[in-house]
Amino acid sequence: MELNNDIVVKQEYSGKDTGYLDMELLRFTTAGSVDDGKSTLIGRLLYDSKAIFEDQMDAIEQASLRKGDEHVNLALLTDGLRAEREQGITIDVAYRYFATPKRKFIIADTPGHIQYTRNMVTGASTANAAVILVDARNGVVEQTIRHTYIASLLQIPHIIICVNKMDLVDHSEEAFNNIVKDFGAFSEKLDCKDVRFVPISALNGDNVVDRSRNMDWYDGPTLIYLLENLYIANDHNLTNARFPVQYVVRPQSNDYPDYRGYAGRVAGGVFKKDEKVMVLPSGFTSEIDAIDLLGTELEEAYPPQSVTITLKDDIDISRGDMIVREDDVPNVDQDIDLMVCWLNERPMIMGGKYAVKHTSSDVRCMVKDVNYKVNINNLDHDTEDKSVGLNEIASIKIRTTKPLFYDSYKKNRITGSVIIIDEATNETVGAGMII
Amino acid sequence: MKKYNLNHLRELEAESIYVMREVAAQFENPVMLFSGGKDSIVMFFLARKAFFPSRIPFTMLHIDTGHNFPETLEYRDWLMKEYDARLEVKYVQDSINSGKAVEEKGFNASRNLLQTVTLLDALESLKVDAAIGGGRRDEEKARAKERFFSHRDEFGQWDPKNQRPELWNIFNGKKNMGEHFRVFPISNWTEMDVWQYIYMENIPIPNLYFTHKREVFNRDGVWLANSPYINLKPTEDIEMREVRCRTIGDMTCTGVTLSQADSLEDIIQEVAASRVTERGGRADDKRSEAAMEDRKKEGYF
Repeated sequence: MELNNDIVVKQEYSGKDTGYLDMELLRFTTAGSVDDGKSTLIGRLLYDSKAIFEDQMDAIEQASLRKGDEHVNLALLTDGLRAEREQGITIDVAYRYFATPKRKFIIADTPGHIQYTRNMVTGASTANAAVILVDARNGVVEQTIRHTYIASLLQIPHIIICVNKMDLVDHSEEAFNNIVKDFGAFSEKLDCKDVRFVPISALNGDNVVDRSRNMDWYDGPTLIYLLENLYIANDHNLTNARFPVQYVVRPQSNDYPDYRGYAGRVAGGVFKKDEKVMVLPSGFTSEIDAIDLLGTELEEAYPPQSVTITLKDDIDISRGDMIVREDDVPNVDQDIDLMVCWLNERPMIMGGKYAVKHTSSDVRCMVKDVNYKVNINNLDHDTEDKSVGLNEIASIKIRTTKPLFYDSYKKNRITGSVIIIDEATNETVGAGMII
Repeated sequence: MKKYNLNHLRELEAESIYVMREVAAQFENPVMLFSGGKDSIVMFFLARKAFFPSRIPFTMLHIDTGHNFPETLEYRDWLMKEYDARLEVKYVQDSINSGKAVEEKGFNASRNLLQTVTLLDALESLKVDAAIGGGRRDEEKARAKERFFSHRDEFGQWDPKNQRPELWNIFNGKKNMGEHFRVFPISNWTEMDVWQYIYMENIPIPNLYFTHKREVFNRDGVWLANSPYINLKPTEDIEMREVRCRTIGDMTCTGVTLSQADSLEDIIQEVAASRVTERGGRADDKRSEAAMEDRKKEGYF
């Protein structure tokens, strides 16, 4: 069929960079307790980076007037659901978007109340960075410990502690340094790789996007500079090649009668054309014939690319199988220890049977034991209490009906994570990180 | 060391393709909702990439209000034929004729709300267990809390306070008989990303998105296209202006923008400089502060 130029317009890409094409994507989560200014900080980031539009601003100005607020309430920008606006609290994870000339940002904005630990875990699961707010007047409090623990448990590669409301402590260097010291004292116990501290005032905009004139003693970067420059290229595992097969592409068409491609997203390492690979669970080996991306052949594929791999030999492969390198296989086991965060009102049942999703495979499991529970406010371990309820975090043992091909979560966040599903309600009830 | 790093568009593309493949793997009878707007066009081309060299394994479902721009329908039919895709069209007019939906009255009458009736009927009669939509979280506040895999009960309704947590990229598509999922593969894209992707990938789009001369009139600060489906107020005058569509929906409620942008580069510059959201021109969103949330709960797109 002819391209009808009247209706269908196809313009060839001129190769001209419009200034927005070559940016990196950074996902970060924000955590803070009630009243520490998290909504104000997000409002400030969106506002100062010009991501708030006039009609959005009009809408919240009108809403603020109706509610009788004195100032335009920036928090209204992030409260999405009617119930949230009525109660003035955030219930669910909300996603926000803004961009600077260097990077595009996705914020997973999560509520800070203790009952919403599950939301923070959800927001943290895909984040490159966590921005944790501390009120300069209160210093390191229980919530700070909880938020930092969750960030380390979920292995968020970069943690930024924003000491907020510096204007209320006279922009004091000493107040800031004390918080840095207190934080160091407990974070030693945690597995945090990259921790930064920034003194800010979200209300006045100090050190958020613009450098503060009130804190000459601070010569570190602003928050936005950090977010723009964190080195994230190593956040994926580029060492251990893992390709969970998601879908088998078989066109069976005249043009492609024998094509058999394995579609999936690279979960770790780098796959190269002609390289020798092994397929789990069968253990058969072959070589990569081609790596396809819509007719374009790639020389190599790496995380988080979605590609289709064809092999030189005919092997029976289906969803749930994993393509790896022969000399570097993942763990293959049915007895698995994991850290679990429980997400449902119905508590975990010891000896209970659940459905489990791990990469592209579906299995069932039985809960064999609770090794210990973590008190997320002081990080103590409790080995006596075997009950695991909503928002609680515990180390547990499960046995699966079929072996999983996994790495520890520390090594690979994709091949090391599972979700646990209640088969009676189909709800996702647990988030598991394999130890 | 060599830098293994995707730019933001390639990362978003990889994520969307991953989600579409999950739908094909987890559901028996998925459809892809197709409106002819830029978001559904981008989705169409992402689906092609996801399953190439196979055909797209989803039927395209268009809920036709009868109030479309004629160009949209012509583009739609060209696209389906060109890429050998299956199309199913369901008509809001049929829902009105059978008494299931009642036409709105007044100057701002639109068939936007009525679409929900036709859509839910279509999903039921076609026994659809997953409907893939082009909703984006940056469009509107209620959408910001939407999941990639969004569960709907047997009445097709969304319960925003009881959503399943969604962790990592593991999607739980388990459900009971009669329930279905709405799936939003381009959740994380912004309007700017969509345009950049169209630009980078040479994706053909309807001419409505580029500047053209059209009969328009101004209502409450929004420019609307003159059409047989609209009731003009006595004070409203038809003018000929150079306009383009920033979104494409029904002629009754899609505002057009005064613009001379005749290339994708121009459009991208315009989006970058814009101080109003794309839905700012949508009369359907202006009805109340929670307009979108209410429509979504009932089963809207």
